[in-house]
Amino acid sequence: MLGLENIWLVPILPLIGAIVNGLFGKFMSKSSVTLWAVGSTGLSFFIAVIAFLNLLSLDARDRVFEKILFTWIQAGSFTAQAGIQIDPLSAIFLLIVTGVGFLIHVYSIGYMSHEEGYARYFAYLNLFMFSMLLLILGNNFLLMFIGWEGVGLCSYLLIGYYYEKDSASNAGKKAFVMNRIGDFGFLLAIMWIFWTFGSIDYTTVFPSASQVLPAGGFAVTGITLLLFLGATGKSAQIPLYTWLPDAMEGPTPVSALIHAATMVTAGVYMVTRCNALFNLAPTSMIVVALIGAATALFAATMGLYQNDIKRVLAYSTVSQLGYMFLACGVGAYVAAVFHVMTHAFFKACLFLGSGSVIHGMSGEQDMRQMGGLKSKMPITHMTMLISALAISGIPIFAGFFSKDEILLSAFLGHTKGNLVYWILATVAAAVTAFYMFRLYYMTFSGELRAEDQHVRDHVHESPNVMTVPLIILAFGAAFAGFLGLPIIEGGHALNNFLGPVFHTPGAPEHPHASLGLELFLMGFSVSVAVLGILVARHFYYVRPEAATEMAAKGGFIKTVYTTLQNKYYIDEIYDVVIVKPVVSFSRSFLWKIFDVKIVDGFVNSIASFVTDLSSLLRKSQTGMVRNYALAMALGGVFFVGLWILALGN
Amino acid sequence: MASIPVPDISLGAIAPEITLALTAVVALMLEVFAEKKGRDHIAYISLVGVIVACFITFRLAGDPSWTTFSGLYVVDRFGQFFKLICLLGTGMTILVSVKYNKDEGIDNGEYYALLLFATSGMLFMVSGSDMITIFMGLEVMSISLYALAGYTRKRARSNEASVKYFILGSLSTAFLLYGIALIYGSTGSTQIDIIAKAVSSGSGVEAVLDLGIVMLMIGFAFKVSAVPFHMWTPDVYQGAPTPVTAFMSAGPKAAAFAAFFRVFNVAFPSLQADWWVIIWILAVATMTVGNVIALLQNDVKRMLAYSSIAHAGYILVGFVAGGALGSSAIMYYMLVYTFMNIGAFAIVTVVGRKGEEKTKFSDFTGLGYRYPLMAVALVIFLFSLAGIPPTAGFVGKFYIFMAALKHGYVYLAVIGVVNSVISIFYYLRLSVMMYMQDEPGEDLPPLVFAPSLIAVMIVAIYGSLWLGIMPAGYISFAQSAFLAL
Repeated sequence: MLGLENIWLVPILPLIGAIVNGLFGKFMSKSSVTLWAVGSTGLSFFIAVIAFLNLLSLDARDRVFEKILFTWIQAGSFTAQAGIQIDPLSAIFLLIVTGVGFLIHVYSIGYMSHEEGYARYFAYLNLFMFSMLLLILGNNFLLMFIGWEGVGLCSYLLIGYYYEKDSASNAGKKAFVMNRIGDFGFLLAIMWIFWTFGSIDYTTVFPSASQVLPAGGFAVTGITLLLFLGATGKSAQIPLYTWLPDAMEGPTPVSALIHAATMVTAGVYMVTRCNALFNLAPTSMIVVALIGAATALFAATMGLYQNDIKRVLAYSTVSQLGYMFLACGVGAYVAAVFHVMTHAFFKACLFLGSGSVIHGMSGEQDMRQMGGLKSKMPITHMTMLISALAISGIPIFAGFFSKDEILLSAFLGHTKGNLVYWILATVAAAVTAFYMFRLYYMTFSGELRAEDQHVRDHVHESPNVMTVPLIILAFGAAFAGFLGLPIIEGGHALNNFLGPVFHTPGAPEHPHASLGLELFLMGFSVSVAVLGILVARHFYYVRPEAATEMAAKGGFIKTVYTTLQNKYYIDEIYDVVIVKPVVSFSRSFLWKIFDVKIVDGFVNSIASFVTDLSSLLRKSQTGMVRNYALAMALGGVFFVGLWILALGN
Repeated sequence: MASIPVPDISLGAIAPEITLALTAVVALMLEVFAEKKGRDHIAYISLVGVIVACFITFRLAGDPSWTTFSGLYVVDRFGQFFKLICLLGTGMTILVSVKYNKDEGIDNGEYYALLLFATSGMLFMVSGSDMITIFMGLEVMSISLYALAGYTRKRARSNEASVKYFILGSLSTAFLLYGIALIYGSTGSTQIDIIAKAVSSGSGVEAVLDLGIVMLMIGFAFKVSAVPFHMWTPDVYQGAPTPVTAFMSAGPKAAAFAAFFRVFNVAFPSLQADWWVIIWILAVATMTVGNVIALLQNDVKRMLAYSSIAHAGYILVGFVAGGALGSSAIMYYMLVYTFMNIGAFAIVTVVGRKGEEKTKFSDFTGLGYRYPLMAVALVIFLFSLAGIPPTAGFVGKFYIFMAALKHGYVYLAVIGVVNSVISIFYYLRLSVMMYMQDEPGEDLPPLVFAPSLIAVMIVAIYGSLWLGIMPAGYISFAQSAFLAL
């Protein structure tokens, strides 16, 4: 098999690109930097596609290909092979990462053309591709962990890309530190797995999981919860999500690639990869589902009041990742992967679209300065509209199918408390539709609000190298959903493809609902989304114009107008009763208290405890020899006493 | 007529030590005839001596273990492996020293002679199968180090370091020697395999033996700078000339660990159930105190001193784990540690300019802009020290914690992992300083990269990266050399 045998080239090619650009980029022309960076990624995408086709041509049961490259660590009974494994799950992720990655590389050519450190940027981006592909293709937990650390490192480097900005370097640090907390959980889980299974290879651990670990036992629950802690760090879930909105300090293509389409879904990959373990731990499943659903709603409400276009998208990413974990938590792994895929399309498109807007607005990110860009940036407008419809869950667009499947799975799921998750997720869907269209109307409709004349004059559509990737992604955002058509039995191509990976002992049955119920739920979630869009349209499209008219007429007409305004009292009530409380709750509690005080406060208080301890201990270091000698003598007395009293015999 | 028994003397076994001692003498002689300027050749001749010693050690490593000098000295792969680590440390230190010593005006033959004498002491220590050999080796090493710590005579800090090290070192020697005496008193021997027999047969006087073992442990704990016998470390590391600090942090520590490990596993395996508790406590205290205090340091040398304390703690974890896995984990870790730690110190010497050391964190700001390759190198060393994959430090830590888990020391492994997470913060802080902040406004003369320093950095980068990516060969080498009990 041509593609499968050469699958190791897929991660290696970007690595070569990273090395060449990292070491020699400074001495090369821009076009050769581009050739190495984009060429290596493109080639790697090409090989991934061939490998995928090869995999498809195999019989469904044989779709696991493992290739050991070399023995990495051999220590006593412990062996870690450096090997590559491709199966339907990794194949899907492989296509997403290389495909979306390639498009974002192309887009970056345009976006970064005026920036300094062009070669360095591409070196980091290629290094990221390598690490992410290693994470996906590794055949054991240790390789996954190395890729896991690698993507974190690259994200850190790329967030801090604008290191002249203090906020950028602080955000980079925050991302790194938060991720370390999660990684700590992951590492403990790996050690625990090794301790119980005597191996860290997928092929050894997963098939024997149900024999080695009693279902619902302490060990499997502990392992899966620690794994999930790792996932919350990388995929920005409660309580480790706060780094992701700050990570928007990095260049926009990076936000699209790393902080939307690929890296943050690593947590979902990990949980789905370990489905054999999670299925044995019902308690962990509840935790995963609950955290997922809660994050979906919380993050969505936090997106309500943001004015920075990228921060809205960042919170929306956190929220969408919550949906994916909810799907994992109710055992609907296929739905989770499906949503990863559709999300990669529409979120990458939204981010790149916002990048195009920012590019056109000479670097402005505040939506209050935007407006009326519809006519000036037609392609960006169209692609973003499609993606906004997709993320809102409007039928025929990709997000509709995947989100609907998650909601259906939550409604029918076996995990305890499934109706609660369903309610949370459905409310979140409405909020999502609202803030996405708030973003859409504030950016594209009405009048351009920018005050700076220079900005006003320079608004322009982005060059082809940026718009073509947008169009391709928008195409995906529009049609990728058909891979998972829900109603026609057997038509769910993705389910058929991924199914074997998730047929592990203890796996929940794929829920079967009557067609009527399925249609009803679908209709319900669509109407909720439409409602969200209409409310947004009212507040950010219809009413601002009314307000402008009112202000423009003044005098007598104004009085009449005020009288006639009675019908708008409803709006005021809406505003006071619903929008204001939600917004202020979102602003004052969720953001100021929950986010800043509780989550950050917790992290900070640990840090200050360690710092206090450190300064206390440092005081013992007086510099006086006599004190050191005393410490040695006391230590000696302690150990002699310990030995005589407690040990010897 | 009774014949006088001639002890079996195999000079071939101690050929590496002899080579080093002879080279040291040559270095002293050359000093007499050397010109005022241009004395680099002394350094390079010393380096040749080290390389020859390496080569001989390598040749000796193939054989099964054998003892000579009436049981005073043993040749085995365990010892040869640690000897190679010590020699590696010395070789790298010589390269770091060349330019530094010239700048500081201390490029004397005596300096290199002391380094080589110290190294020969280490080699004796590593291969000693008798307490007396170990003690002699340890003293040869320590006395040379006392002198080296105070080698920059004009600097008060350096003098202070030397005196402190000497006083506290003498105290620790007292512990060690007293321990040896008590053990001798109880078992009637200083030879470790005879002690083992006496201990397991229970023929020794128990109370005396107990006291002796603890005293011995304290003596070794001082040499590996385990908490609470670590307090000399930051002051001495900070005060000593930077290449000497680099030297002290690697070879002598490896030698002390080797002797420590050998004595306790050969002489007292029957008491392992008791002494592992003390080592456990030492390991936890050492890791935790080292890492926690390192968090607040603002001086790079001092930070690296606390980091080296913390690393001693990780190695003690491997000690507790014991067995083939634990001992090969220690060996691999010590090897990796030598590369990454000396690499980091080498860069500290580069950042310091002629006649003054620049070791504040703030002296490192903005280096990422001006010297990108050097900054990348330092980041590699720091990440390796922190144990972030794919560096060698990660594999080393992973291996040690795995060994601990395998032998059932779950809490110890978890405490180790927590500690390695804490340690990220201070290594990261220095990396961030280099990249994320502007350099101070003052105009500083450009840094000078001597070829010897570039060579040492390449070696260190190789060790810190390649041993992480392709560790299998080195690990199997370490495993083939683990202490056969």
